[in-house]
Amino acid sequence: MLFDIFPVLLSALLSALIWDFFFIPPHFTLHIGSTEDVIMLLMYFVIASVNAVLTYKIRQIAKVARDEEEKANAVKLYNILFNSLSHELRTPISTIIGASDNLLNDRNKISERNKQELIHEISQAALRLNKQVENLLNMSRLESGFIQPKKDWCDVHELVHSVINQLDDVLKNHTVIATFSDKLPLFKLDFGLMQQVLNNLISNAATYTPDGSTITIHAGINKSSSVEKFTLNIEDSGRGFPETEIEKVFEKFYRLKDSKTGGTGLGLSIVKGFIEAHGGTIILTNVPEGGAKFTIEIPSETSYLNSQKDE
Amino acid sequence: MNNGEILIIDDEVQIRKLLEITLQSNDFVVKEAGTGKEGLLMAANHSPDLIILDLGLPDESGHSILKKLREWYSKSIIILSVQSSEEDIVKALDNGANDYLIKPFRTGELLARIRSSLRHNGTEENTSLIDCDDLQIDLTARIVKKSNEIIKLTGTEYTLLALFAKNEGKVLTHQYLLKQVWGPGHINESQYLRVYIAQLRKKIENNPNRPIHLITESGVGYRFVGKS
Repeated sequence: MLFDIFPVLLSALLSALIWDFFFIPPHFTLHIGSTEDVIMLLMYFVIASVNAVLTYKIRQIAKVARDEEEKANAVKLYNILFNSLSHELRTPISTIIGASDNLLNDRNKISERNKQELIHEISQAALRLNKQVENLLNMSRLESGFIQPKKDWCDVHELVHSVINQLDDVLKNHTVIATFSDKLPLFKLDFGLMQQVLNNLISNAATYTPDGSTITIHAGINKSSSVEKFTLNIEDSGRGFPETEIEKVFEKFYRLKDSKTGGTGLGLSIVKGFIEAHGGTIILTNVPEGGAKFTIEIPSETSYLNSQKDE
Repeated sequence: MNNGEILIIDDEVQIRKLLEITLQSNDFVVKEAGTGKEGLLMAANHSPDLIILDLGLPDESGHSILKKLREWYSKSIIILSVQSSEEDIVKALDNGANDYLIKPFRTGELLARIRSSLRHNGTEENTSLIDCDDLQIDLTARIVKKSNEIIKLTGTEYTLLALFAKNEGKVLTHQYLLKQVWGPGHINESQYLRVYIAQLRKKIENNPNRPIHLITESGVGYRFVGKS
């Protein structure tokens, strides 16, 4: 440490000696001629030392204050995390416990219709819980730096359509349009991770836009740089994101103000993490007509085998 | 009526209970084992029609139990796994498991897998005509018909489709498909597989974007489903 107590004291001593050597007669010796000069030098040395010690103390106090502030920030983040998590996990757990208690205890008092409803609630809550746990596991995989994409040749038509088919239920009140550039090659991507990325983005769009909105997906290729890039746009016809919050949406546990319940604020940060693990980028913009647009670019090897003539 | 005897090897009591209720209410006879060792013994004594094996057992890894079972047991084995790790599943399938299910699984899916696996017990590729809804595959005449019209397939497309049809309902891993159709030298050239799957879907599926016959098993392989 440059400003630790000993170097600071040493510099005070050295400056006193240098002053003595160059400026106190007789010049260019450490010998001091008059008593007045001795007292003056001593005074200087004392003041320099006191100054050094004080500077050191002030720095120490500032450091403690900074540490405390950092700690407070960490605690704040932890609290946000904890509140969001305990809410997101406890809600389905309470539903399951409450509903099964009812079914176990007052079997004769509950009507057949209500029984069915309770069972349905348990099932819904369990699925929700499963989704949250999956998100948390993905997040911790990302945090631990453990994610190594297993890249293999992907047919992006298959990739996009498989996710749309998975999300049939979520998308039943939305229109989805998927388009592909002509003669799109195969790309080397991790199919499973990319499915997650698309799944999170599309279900996000479906959850936060009104019924009847349109979600447009376009897969293409960017050949403008030396490395070919797989490009993917996901656009919705909702209200878009508030301009001031666009930068923060990929942050962990960040949720838009007044957003619907049911999310942990992990979905988009997982998306970003998975894309970055592929060496790619994701950008969020608002389209002028209203609605949000996610633009993904991932550098990838390509194979044009699929656009060749059949055997 | 009895649909067959199923042995469950899983250390979790709750999962065993759930499986027992599900299977018994579908007329299967259920036997249970809580450890790998016990499972091996029970498999030898009862020779069940199907084994459901959990990969994470306390005494011995499910992978090694699977290998030991496969030394003599030739009927269906379905793997249960909590790890959604694709490598683990591919490894188990390559070691002779017939199918897999990831916890948490849906009951409907479990029963479908069991039925499909049981159908294959003992019927080793001796059917020459495979009939699935709108699709007929005649393995002796090498003719494929869709809605009673002959569809033209290239040699490789036919080989691939015939391989799928003979293993109806079963997951075939990428490596297995590449090895069987293109040869052992091509097991890393998955681009061929992607291209031919896309071409086959265009020819045999009503909507190639929503396949009902050639199903993608993400990160693992493909499954051919005959009757939905």
